[in-house]
Amino acid sequence: MAYDKFEILTSTAVPLPIENVDTDQIIPARFLKATERKGFGDNLFRDWRYNNDDSPKKDFVLNDNTYSGKILVGGRNFGSGSSREHAAWAVYDYGFRCVISSFFADIFKGNCLNIGVLPVQVSADFANKIFTEIEKNPQTKIEVNLPNQTVTILATGEKESFEINGYKKDNMLNGFDDIDYLVNVKKEIVEFAKNTPL
Amino acid sequence: MLHLEAVFFKVLSEEMKKTLFDKVWDSHVVKHVEDGPDVLFIDRHLVHEVTSPVAFLGIKNRGISVLYPERTFATADHNTPTINQHLPVQDPLSANQLKALEENSKKYGISHWGLGHQKNGIVHVVGPEYGITQPGATIVCGDSHTSTHGAFGAIAFGIGTSEVEMVLASQCIMQPKPKKMRINVNGKLNFGVSPKDVALYIISRLTTSGATGYFVEYSGDVFRDMSMEGRMTVCNLSIEMGARGGMIAPDEKTFEYVKGREFTPKGAAWDKAMTYWKTLFTDKDAEFDKEIYFDASDIEPMITYGTNPGMGIGISKSIPKAEQVEGGVSTYKKSLGYMAFNEGEDMIGKPIDFVFIGSCTNGRIEDFRAFTSIIKGRKKAANVTAWLVPGSHQVEAAIKAEGLLDIIHEAGFELREPGCSACLAMNDDKVPAGKLAVSTSNRNFEGRQGPGSRTLLASPLVAAAAAVTGKVTDPRELMKEFA
Ligand code: SF4
Repeated sequence: MAYDKFEILTSTAVPLPIENVDTDQIIPARFLKATERKGFGDNLFRDWRYNNDDSPKKDFVLNDNTYSGKILVGGRNFGSGSSREHAAWAVYDYGFRCVISSFFADIFKGNCLNIGVLPVQVSADFANKIFTEIEKNPQTKIEVNLPNQTVTILATGEKESFEINGYKKDNMLNGFDDIDYLVNVKKEIVEFAKNTPL
Repeated sequence: MLHLEAVFFKVLSEEMKKTLFDKVWDSHVVKHVEDGPDVLFIDRHLVHEVTSPVAFLGIKNRGISVLYPERTFATADHNTPTINQHLPVQDPLSANQLKALEENSKKYGISHWGLGHQKNGIVHVVGPEYGITQPGATIVCGDSHTSTHGAFGAIAFGIGTSEVEMVLASQCIMQPKPKKMRINVNGKLNFGVSPKDVALYIISRLTTSGATGYFVEYSGDVFRDMSMEGRMTVCNLSIEMGARGGMIAPDEKTFEYVKGREFTPKGAAWDKAMTYWKTLFTDKDAEFDKEIYFDASDIEPMITYGTNPGMGIGISKSIPKAEQVEGGVSTYKKSLGYMAFNEGEDMIGKPIDFVFIGSCTNGRIEDFRAFTSIIKGRKKAANVTAWLVPGSHQVEAAIKAEGLLDIIHEAGFELREPGCSACLAMNDDKVPAGKLAVSTSNRNFEGRQGPGSRTLLASPLVAAAAAVTGKVTDPRELMKEFA
């Protein structure tokens, strides 16, 4: 599924300074029963966000009007656990286009890149700076610049660069996905398969 | 000329120094994308009902078909009920996913082992059982515990739904080659220590992110001496330390296990395969990005006390104090708060409510043998609800054939029907809020076994000891007669 292009995103951010946020928290298994990619945002962080009677938990950040924006800033080792792409879908469907953390779990990071959410890995220091600035002023804006591979806290001008491989960067900038690429090299794949018995 | 020869020998010697992982990975690269990932050919693709429907929808919307349907195998497991499987599935959403899997498989000509099918079971249990899993193969599935199949010397890892779609469309995925780590455990395991304990011990030492970015090879006496079932348990849990996967070099034990299964090569093809499989080991002097050593004698039966698999300790130890854990003190306290445990407390003696034996981590015959070895001649504790869920119909049949079912019944337990069950609680097997479960599965995340549920991960021996005593108990206490 091709997605919107990503170039420069300037937005306020939602802070979630918890470590090891696993994909079971991002979207619990009982909400994985759909056969279409629709409506996952409603259940993003379901059990942290709602009580058993479905009333919102007041102290959870997504229920706090002070914070909003298209960037989610998570703690270290964000997205560990299950390979469910539904976690990345839920993040996207809720309205986030970028997740910043000082460390990502592999599969989650790959899933994000495949569906048009940019995972931005920064140093632990820089992540702390972002948390501090948001705490000081929830209206603080962050600029995520994909062409330059930089993330900037606009209030202070502090900046850090982040890594992304050239191929994935191109995909994000143009809204292409891997299947477009793979379908194009089908001939080579078929040749290869001939020498690879089942 | 001399110079050329030197170059030739250099290339040759470098080529000779490959790790097991390099050998399998490199032989599956269709092409390398400049400044990007490898296009990796996938030999075998496993699908289940939860992570595949959107992928099938994706290829349909693009107007393309499945390139090699004979390389994909479908089984229903995540959603399936574990009682009354002969009746229609009650939950309409689950029924809908099961139906979608059946229809998609039929439409594209994929073998489908749905509910009620004799070969049905957990995807990572049936793969090896029917010989879909083979040494030197690349295997993927939309489930992170695909790493299980690495026990056979395959490269096997979990993928997201976009990647499931890629494999359906092109039999390839696009992945940068991970870094390589070798974990060596040498020596002899202590009495009462099982493969699950070895894995939980390694994860507790490495943390849940200690192997992120790496593909692991397990090496040393402990894995060499381990059964294939045990190796599967260890490789299964690789993902819980962040690794993409884990693998063990195939040996005679592996070949013996694989031989004669439905999807393994026969006759001349077998001989040819064996010639190749025997080359699958890490060359002497091959380099790893990271190498770690543990001593088998340091490992005791393990149990977790927190909300990630890295929060594990020897069962006789007490819960670490916050100041002893690295970083993240507030996260650590949040985790203990969820578990309603205190720093410094003992695990032994904590009353428990549920016991779950099953999952692709510990739902194989060997696990039921371990469980029944302890419950034999004892009775289920009155305060315990126990779910005994075989990983597949083949496991279920073996439990019956070996007489374990009688032991199970005599001790006051019941055997359920195969499926993922309380491993992820997508079906009705949910641990109620606040209740404490000793589970042989792989994740103790908040709510993993049902909203508000609290999970202690452990081996089948530890789970059995808890099931008959009603509290966390050192299984060695109940095994004394064998010591
Ligand atoms: S048993 Fe658990 S980990 Fe294994 S395949 Fe099923 S849900 Fe995944």
